[in-house]
Amino acid sequence: MATNLAALFHSLDYGPAPEASAEAQAWLDRHGRKFGHFVNGAWRPGRKYFDSVNPATKKKLADVALGSKEDVDAAVKAARKAQPGWAALGGFGRAKYLYALARHIQKHTRLLAVLETLDNGKTIRETRDIDIPLVARHFLYHAGWAQLLESELKDMEPVGVCGQIIPWNFPLLMLAWKIAPALAAGNTVILKPAEFTSLTALAFAEICQAAELPKGVVNIVTGEGETGAAIVDHPGIDKIAFTGSTEVGRLIRRATAGTGKKLSLELGGKSPFIVFDDADIDSAVEGVVDAIWFNQGQVCCAGSRLLLQEGIAERMIAKLRARMETLRIGNPLDKAVDIGAIVAAVQWQRIDALVKQGVSEGAAIWQPSWSCPTEGWFYPPTLLTDVQPASTVMQVEIFGPVLAAMTFRTPAEAVEIANNTPYGLAASLWTENINLALDMAPKIKAGVVWVNCTNQFDASVGFGGYRESGFGREGGIEGMWEYLKPNWEKTQAALPAKKRKKPLIGPGGAGDGAEIVSIDRTSKLFIGGRQVRPDGGYSRTILDPQGKRMGEAGEGNRKDIRDAVEAALAQRGWASLSGHGRAQILYYLGENLAERRDEFAALLARMGGAPARQAKSEVEKSLERCFAYAAWADKYDGLVHNPPLRGVALAMNEPMGIVGIACPDEAPLLGFMSLALPAIAMGNRVVAVPSPLAPLAATALYQVIETSDVPAGVINIVTGDREELACVLADHQAVDALWYFGSRDGGADIERRAAENLKRTFTNRGRAFDWHDNRQSEGRHFLRQATQVKNIWIPYGE
Amino acid sequence: MAAIQASKQDKPTLTVVPADKDARNPIRPFDPDLVDLCRANLSAIERRAASLPKRRTVKKDWQAAWLLKAIACTDLTTLSGDDTPGRVARLCAKARHPLREDLVHALGIEALALRVGAVCVYPTMVGAAVRALEGSGIPVASVATAFPAGLSTMATRLADIKAAVEAGAQEIDIVVTRAHVLTGNWRALYEEVAQCREACGAAHMKTILATGELGTLRNVARASMVAMMAGSDFIKTSTGKEDVNAILPVGLVMTRAIRQYKELTGHDVGFKPAGGIRSAKQALDWLILMREELGRAWQEPTLFRLGASTLLSDIERQLDHYATGRYAAYNHQPLV
Repeated sequence: MATNLAALFHSLDYGPAPEASAEAQAWLDRHGRKFGHFVNGAWRPGRKYFDSVNPATKKKLADVALGSKEDVDAAVKAARKAQPGWAALGGFGRAKYLYALARHIQKHTRLLAVLETLDNGKTIRETRDIDIPLVARHFLYHAGWAQLLESELKDMEPVGVCGQIIPWNFPLLMLAWKIAPALAAGNTVILKPAEFTSLTALAFAEICQAAELPKGVVNIVTGEGETGAAIVDHPGIDKIAFTGSTEVGRLIRRATAGTGKKLSLELGGKSPFIVFDDADIDSAVEGVVDAIWFNQGQVCCAGSRLLLQEGIAERMIAKLRARMETLRIGNPLDKAVDIGAIVAAVQWQRIDALVKQGVSEGAAIWQPSWSCPTEGWFYPPTLLTDVQPASTVMQVEIFGPVLAAMTFRTPAEAVEIANNTPYGLAASLWTENINLALDMAPKIKAGVVWVNCTNQFDASVGFGGYRESGFGREGGIEGMWEYLKPNWEKTQAALPAKKRKKPLIGPGGAGDGAEIVSIDRTSKLFIGGRQVRPDGGYSRTILDPQGKRMGEAGEGNRKDIRDAVEAALAQRGWASLSGHGRAQILYYLGENLAERRDEFAALLARMGGAPARQAKSEVEKSLERCFAYAAWADKYDGLVHNPPLRGVALAMNEPMGIVGIACPDEAPLLGFMSLALPAIAMGNRVVAVPSPLAPLAATALYQVIETSDVPAGVINIVTGDREELACVLADHQAVDALWYFGSRDGGADIERRAAENLKRTFTNRGRAFDWHDNRQSEGRHFLRQATQVKNIWIPYGE
Repeated sequence: MAAIQASKQDKPTLTVVPADKDARNPIRPFDPDLVDLCRANLSAIERRAASLPKRRTVKKDWQAAWLLKAIACTDLTTLSGDDTPGRVARLCAKARHPLREDLVHALGIEALALRVGAVCVYPTMVGAAVRALEGSGIPVASVATAFPAGLSTMATRLADIKAAVEAGAQEIDIVVTRAHVLTGNWRALYEEVAQCREACGAAHMKTILATGELGTLRNVARASMVAMMAGSDFIKTSTGKEDVNAILPVGLVMTRAIRQYKELTGHDVGFKPAGGIRSAKQALDWLILMREELGRAWQEPTLFRLGASTLLSDIERQLDHYATGRYAAYNHQPLV
């Protein structure tokens, strides 16, 4: 034996343990290390190409085609052509293909794992044990949804052609998260992988061929930002699904505003990792490793803010440093390596710059004593202490192996610090106290909460963010909704283009004498449970269709909206009131409205000029809606998901928070009620702008609301120019969702403005709702808009 | 809220006594705070235990070296009702020559003079083992204190220890009263182990917790802490007679307790998984666990032992394959 075993016996080093890459290299060679696009089931050569590089060696792996507008066009055309046939295959038909894709992935796991490691720089341990098994799981799980769609997701139909843009941190897994639910629902797709990591998507294209997937169902166009923009802007695409940075998410929100494209965004995060003093500290330390040194910290839900209860902070930090020393960084193909390479130079430089900025702001930096390999883009695990919520490194997403740690004193303070971020993607809680864990989980603004674990993913559990971490979910039934639309949508007609004359500011002349008999009514706004005069001191005269004066409505301005949002924010108790409690108030609202049904019917008849019978039926339907949402208030239950672990994932429906509502002109009372009621039934507080043509239907509600025990600030009503006020609401950073039911252009405008804080929008897409039709105007469709799903992972066992 | 000061010192429960590197872990005063400190989150521990063997591996020359180390850390054991002096002598012969002579030459490790960590037998077999191992330098370990259940009177159990020590055992593997753990009577557990330690005298004491009978991992953590406070030189997972013996999640809890104890007291306590360890791969997993959780020092027989019997044959086969490139047969390896 040439080797000195005796020396190794004494040193007991780990030694190299490289995974062979020969098969993956041979696969690249077979393709001449040059890849075109996959369009309509065939390879389409590119005009220009760019390099795909192995970040662990900085060596080029292959040429990848740079997608042009023409390439995207061809892909959309193929997808469009294939879509009706794909949908017509039916659930079982599509399930067979999705099952075949899952099995083909399982047959080629190692090739895919090695290829992913070569292309991305993440360790073979992760690609082999986490990424690729989850990819197969995702297709298998969604084969099930294809199968069950017709029975379990009734009255829904596929969105159509989906444009999907994915990031480089989990290349094939993100492809699976996008393609599997889209295909299950009957859509066809054009997917663009990230420019740094196209190779496994191209291998997947081959798998589609092997599974004999019909041509055009899956199209893959590689390229850079411009290619993505061509997809986002393409008029032939019905839905955009994007995972990536919040910055690009905003651009996409703006670009798709008013196009009617359905949109789901999974964006950045700065997720808290909270350790209480009764936690299993050693396990929590290992949790930190999985939170921030998994995939080099290039994970949108990485636990990058470590929050430690003061009493255990020093002990935990000491243990963490010791653990950091034993992390191994290096060749990601080595099976005994924990941390691989950063995906590209530009990302490495960003991490380095942010860490330097943190240090210059006073952070204490700690890194292990060992040094990183120099041949690739390696960045050492880094711990920053002496940081505050105001520090850049506590606020900005670093997307690298960098952890910032600080302390808290009480659970309430932990919540306060955890929520002190524009993001809301994930959180990890460590405590042995179930009371504490289950109390904390709902208080943290995040789409995913992991109790005593972190970075757990499964196809059966929805994943996605609150706030500026985006909207929409991937995984679970909640993920399926993103790829379906109600089948009544196509029956809705465009709103009539002709507009009724806007009421004018100032006294409007004589009425018909009806009011003279009663005492004059002051036109006010309803803010914080009180009737208040508009800030500007102007009123609009409301005329009936014959041009006769009916009364006045206060002219609300941006300051009134500001005050209304403040009043809504001040109303903290509503969301935590039980569904039972909210139901009683909604029933009471109905009761009090019923007392005055004739008065409302007369008012509606005069305002709308409609026959008395129609006005009466609008009031009756409004009463019915009070009862409907009182019924829903304590019945819109969450779900218990069963991911493959000993434990559960609780999918809780949580209110959005502050919902702005711009009400429709059609059915002024019923439209208002149909939107405000589901919002408040789910625990939201509402700032509503009634129809400017018929605001009196809403202002007449003030007294009904006042007498119905609706807590102050739950419903706020600001009359005035709907377009102008909706824009103020859209711009308001503290408004969480905006529902707009005016003109098509107005809807486009608020979607564009909503991009600023990525608030969720719900619009009529410029179409008329039939507010009398329960199928389109009542129930789950509205409740889903009024809520966001939080998944709480609770592994258990003693 | 406050920023964490990089310079602030940790506030330990006990005063850290800078321990003499070679000093044995002494019997410390009973401290219930150290028991209360113990936490063990089962799911998190299982996740770590599952990922550990996938995060680390050793291949080729390194694997061979690690397997040789596993041999050096093995307590070659026979604890059967049908043990005889002849059976013990056969075991001891294997302990002296754990690898075939030609394999030793092929591997070029003559100079290592490789031998196992100890031979472990019942008290009545200690004499036979001592005679068979004479001149080899291999210590004899004996189970004692009414192994495996330990449910005899304390006087009998202490006499058991003394008899084994008098017969020449240099290491004593004691069992604990599981009832003390299951009823939360930590002080009673402490007293029992401390008495055993005194009875051991100069003999090194390994305390078997019989973790398969302790119900929860938190109990394992707490029992580990008490056993160390009471002066154990090693803590050991199992008798080999429980339904569940040495498994990695339990090992993780015990090694973390050892680490915690060292952080608090400065003393090194050894670890011995035993029962059900039959394959070379398992032995490597345990060595990896020691390296990752406790460090290089816990990969030497001074602080780490694998309690096993047939394990040796599998390791021998793997080394045979390493040396020759051919997969080996059991009948080519001398019987254990």
